[in-house]
Amino acid sequence: MDILLIHLFNALLYASVLFLIAGGLSLIYGVMRIVNLAHGNLFALGAFITASAVGQWFAGSTSAWLYLLLPLGAIGAAAIGAILEPTLLRPFYRRPEEYQLLVTFGVLMILEDVMRFVWGPYPVSATTLFEKMGSMAIGDWIYPRYNLLVIAIGGLAALFLWAFIYRTNFGILLRATSQDMRRASALGVNVNLVYVEAFTIGCFMAGLGGAIIVPSQSAVLGMGVDALVLSFIVVVVGGLGSLEGALVGAIIVGLLRETAISLFPELELAVLYLIAAIVLLVRPAGLFGRAT
Amino acid sequence: MSTVALRPAAARSPLWIVVWALPIAVVLTVLPLVLDSYRTIQLAYGLIFAIAGLGFNLLLGYTGLLSFGHSAYFGVGAYTVAFMVKYLHVQSMELFVLGTIAAALLVTVIFGYVCVRYTRIFFSILTLALSQVLWSLAFKFFWVTGGTDGLRVPTPKLLGIATGANEDKIHFLSHGYYYYVLVIFIACVSVMWLIVHSPFGKALQAIRDNETRARFVGIRIRSYRFVAFLVSGVFTAIAGALWVPLNGLTTPDALVWTFSGEIVFMSVLGGFRNFTGPIVGAVVYNYLKDFAVGFTVYWQTLMGVVLVVLVLVLPTGIVGTAKLLTATMRRRFAR
Repeated sequence: MDILLIHLFNALLYASVLFLIAGGLSLIYGVMRIVNLAHGNLFALGAFITASAVGQWFAGSTSAWLYLLLPLGAIGAAAIGAILEPTLLRPFYRRPEEYQLLVTFGVLMILEDVMRFVWGPYPVSATTLFEKMGSMAIGDWIYPRYNLLVIAIGGLAALFLWAFIYRTNFGILLRATSQDMRRASALGVNVNLVYVEAFTIGCFMAGLGGAIIVPSQSAVLGMGVDALVLSFIVVVVGGLGSLEGALVGAIIVGLLRETAISLFPELELAVLYLIAAIVLLVRPAGLFGRAT
Repeated sequence: MSTVALRPAAARSPLWIVVWALPIAVVLTVLPLVLDSYRTIQLAYGLIFAIAGLGFNLLLGYTGLLSFGHSAYFGVGAYTVAFMVKYLHVQSMELFVLGTIAAALLVTVIFGYVCVRYTRIFFSILTLALSQVLWSLAFKFFWVTGGTDGLRVPTPKLLGIATGANEDKIHFLSHGYYYYVLVIFIACVSVMWLIVHSPFGKALQAIRDNETRARFVGIRIRSYRFVAFLVSGVFTAIAGALWVPLNGLTTPDALVWTFSGEIVFMSVLGGFRNFTGPIVGAVVYNYLKDFAVGFTVYWQTLMGVVLVVLVLVLPTGIVGTAKLLTATMRRRFAR
């Protein structure tokens, strides 16, 4: 029984990070109909920034300060997002999708090297945060407390995002722009501003995902590309452009991956991709997607 | 715009093609005698990627489907050859190519059946997800595929003759093997040219331009797309099979989705709305990457900047821009 609980926690841990990445990807697609291939790199960027802030720049600070530094990665990723959207993406909204994919693929290549340039080829870790929280007993097993914090942050982020989109004025503008950009624009919504803000929020979420996972892993080159493909699976299962879908998709993928790892580890990744393909076959728009 | 588009169509007589293609073929034949072996091998890589680009462009340029999973078929080609060497002890290059075509058909029939139901972004993501299935299998089943170490492929026999046995490998690759690649390249270009100018190719272009109208005319859209998918995958797989002996090794990197991105990059660099675009794009891309890798460890940045600038400023690619320029020049001189 206890081992099942641990598996469940692991699945939720994975799901909360995946939700943060895929939720951002889905939000961006929902509002501006762009699939951002560089999204995984913003996740990696958040991980690198937090890792070096906690592990190198402010390594001597007290632990309370270090926990406050955690969101720094998210803020960094958001800042990059706020620069990227108006400069590189805006010229492409009227162009065919191929070009949008290609320009974000170019950004992916550039960001990958920016990280290589700034942080070098070696992993950067921020394990102090992970170690300081210690672990707790679940039956006969011990489990790191930090993982529970990650799950809590993932859940809170989902809640905040929901409140933000369905309970604030800005959320109304966001949803209006998502439904019909031209009409929203005609009614006086500053669409460009909404786009920048949506893209920044999406990048903030990806960066937060990287920031909270990095103390238990390490920031390594290439983590962004892997994360992107996994979040594709999440949005395909849940439905591109739907946040509920991203949440449910992340939980499904988290549970499936945990099951696959404990039963047949070689097929871990193949199972996930196959699930995505099957969902696309049965429900092309995803479980929560709107048919367009 | 329409005058520019119409002019090449009117000029596309069989004689015109011979006038253009023959000198290029002659140059490609003579080049190994002039270039050093390193450059020749780079050119062989370029020609191989050009075959992959040709196949890819049947989907993007002629059918209007952007595949982000063409590394799958390239990898199928590469791994088929490696498996044939490892498990069947085959050495003949001709058998490799035949085996690759069979394996590629098997994979593309399954993938194509699933993928052609969708268009636009869903097609792209689905092809990407399916290619990643193959990548993860190659990556995880290391006792079959060698994992990240990959599988080694020795020098093959060409036309049943073991030319490579008592010959220096570099010399073999830059001479005998180069010409082998060149012959297959010319065959592939000719076949693809026939395909895109056949009624089948015209039907694909009709689907690309207006799906609804194409359906009203009576074109069975899904089966046309399916066949295009098969042909496209097989071409790219042949490129993969040719690539392995040149590279000497196949790793899961041949299957990973960023490599699919590179195939897309090549086609856009050359210009995917032109028949010759992907060919030019692949050769140029290969030299560009070779230069960038030798120039700096941050070669990805260089390539990324090139890609962003390309789609921002020259969306029609090298060939498209060149055609536009020559058309403008011609009009100026005609005046």
